[in-house]
Amino acid sequence: MTDFLLYALLAGLGVALVAGPLGCFVVWRRMAYFGDTLAHSALLGVSLGVLLDINLNITVIAIPLAMAIGLVFLEKRGFLSLDTLLGILSHSALAAGLVVISLLPGVRVDLMSLLFGDLLAVTKNDLWVIYTVSAAVLALLGLLWKQLINITVDPELAAVEGTNVTLVSTALMLITALVIALAMKVVGVLLITALLIIPAATARRVSQTPEQMAVAASLIAMLTVVMGLAMSWNLDTPAGPSVVISASFLFCLSLAYRRQLS
Amino acid sequence: MISKLLLELDGIHKAFAGKPVLENVSLRLQQGEITTLIGPNGAGKSTLAKIILGLIQPDSGSRVASSTIRIGYMPQKITIDPTLPLSTLRFLQLAHTSQQDCHAALESMSIGHLATTPIQNLSGGELQRALLTRAILRQPNLLVLDEPVQGVDINGQNDLYQMINGLAKSLNCAVLMVSHDLHLVMSATDQVICLNRHICCQGHPEQVTQDPAFIDIFGQTTALYSHRHDHDHNLHGEVAGEITHTHGDGCHHD
Repeated sequence: MTDFLLYALLAGLGVALVAGPLGCFVVWRRMAYFGDTLAHSALLGVSLGVLLDINLNITVIAIPLAMAIGLVFLEKRGFLSLDTLLGILSHSALAAGLVVISLLPGVRVDLMSLLFGDLLAVTKNDLWVIYTVSAAVLALLGLLWKQLINITVDPELAAVEGTNVTLVSTALMLITALVIALAMKVVGVLLITALLIIPAATARRVSQTPEQMAVAASLIAMLTVVMGLAMSWNLDTPAGPSVVISASFLFCLSLAYRRQLS
Repeated sequence: MISKLLLELDGIHKAFAGKPVLENVSLRLQQGEITTLIGPNGAGKSTLAKIILGLIQPDSGSRVASSTIRIGYMPQKITIDPTLPLSTLRFLQLAHTSQQDCHAALESMSIGHLATTPIQNLSGGELQRALLTRAILRQPNLLVLDEPVQGVDINGQNDLYQMINGLAKSLNCAVLMVSHDLHLVMSATDQVICLNRHICCQGHPEQVTQDPAFIDIFGQTTALYSHRHDHDHNLHGEVAGEITHTHGDGCHHD
């Protein structure tokens, strides 16, 4: 196997590892549209980073976080539903990202790789970043696990019982922004939410506890990466969409599995 | 026994978007006392409960809680997404880790058979009991119950109220109950607070029902009938034990 394929595989597995448990929270808390909004604003992060010559690793996390905070602020003012607000922010961020990229002199940004991922261009340096961030995200999720489940079940009940809801939900937002920045490399901004929610939704059908579902989602996401890369290698299809299509395939299989049971 | 002051609100004001919801509300919650907060829809009951719980801050006025306060909270309802795989037992363990204690508590609420059932599959009455179980697992000295019998049929309501009264005694805790429905709650209540943005009247149930401010809001009829149920139901709604029909004080048929 060639180096670039090995790197691609390792990068994909590293991201899938954390996409599983985080994806579960996205599904449980109905944050799919929120994930999309952060992903789209990550594109704006890249273009602004290039435009202003700031380290991309910083802008790709900072812009989605700023977006998340702005969202909380706008939601509190309460004159538009969250759904509408997300629609406005999500697509404005995507459009602004694309416009800024078009303004950049020369061809310094590969738009296709941003939109649909560029797994086969992963470097050794990228791997370090992916595994460091993944480890940090897993540690945070483990540390806050019980509180995260508690605020998912009912934030008010959690608050009365002593959970610092603001702190824990801010941490979850930060984790989401981090994972999205990582997943951008694998599937691109347009398909990130798919990598988060499809393996989690598939895992739901075989799980009895939140922990089982988180682990199952991780394993399914990793299997998805292997299948997607194999498909990409053999059929010469783009890696990101191949990974997502594999996830959808497994999800359909899980539907059939349930039907057989009942 | 000297009852201990657990929480005191003084001159609470709260407005949402410029619209006053609570005006100059003061109250005291004492250990071992059951307080019922009644009032029409939109009277600010839930807002007041949330201020007592510390979930929202008043615009002005003070909330002083005893340093020993330990609140058990039973929300009006909770909605848990069906994609979260969570058994009733696990739901309780989120508040109290000991599996043995959780099992025992479920048994004491006569819902022991629901331990492995997904929490989303519980009926209205079963979920109320599960929420109450979670609240008491924390060994609270203040139990806050927001519309505890909503969505439960009338006999189930009676059972739940009896259960709450029993718990208040065995835990020797203060109970704050939010309700828009009167006749069942009144008998066991020590203090009734009638709220309509401000406190219209408060005191013992008999006192309050005579108060012109109360009659103005609820009319006269609601307080006259005291319900007396002459048979028990088990959880499945079947009649348990022998039936001997008796009449309540407000009952006029033959």
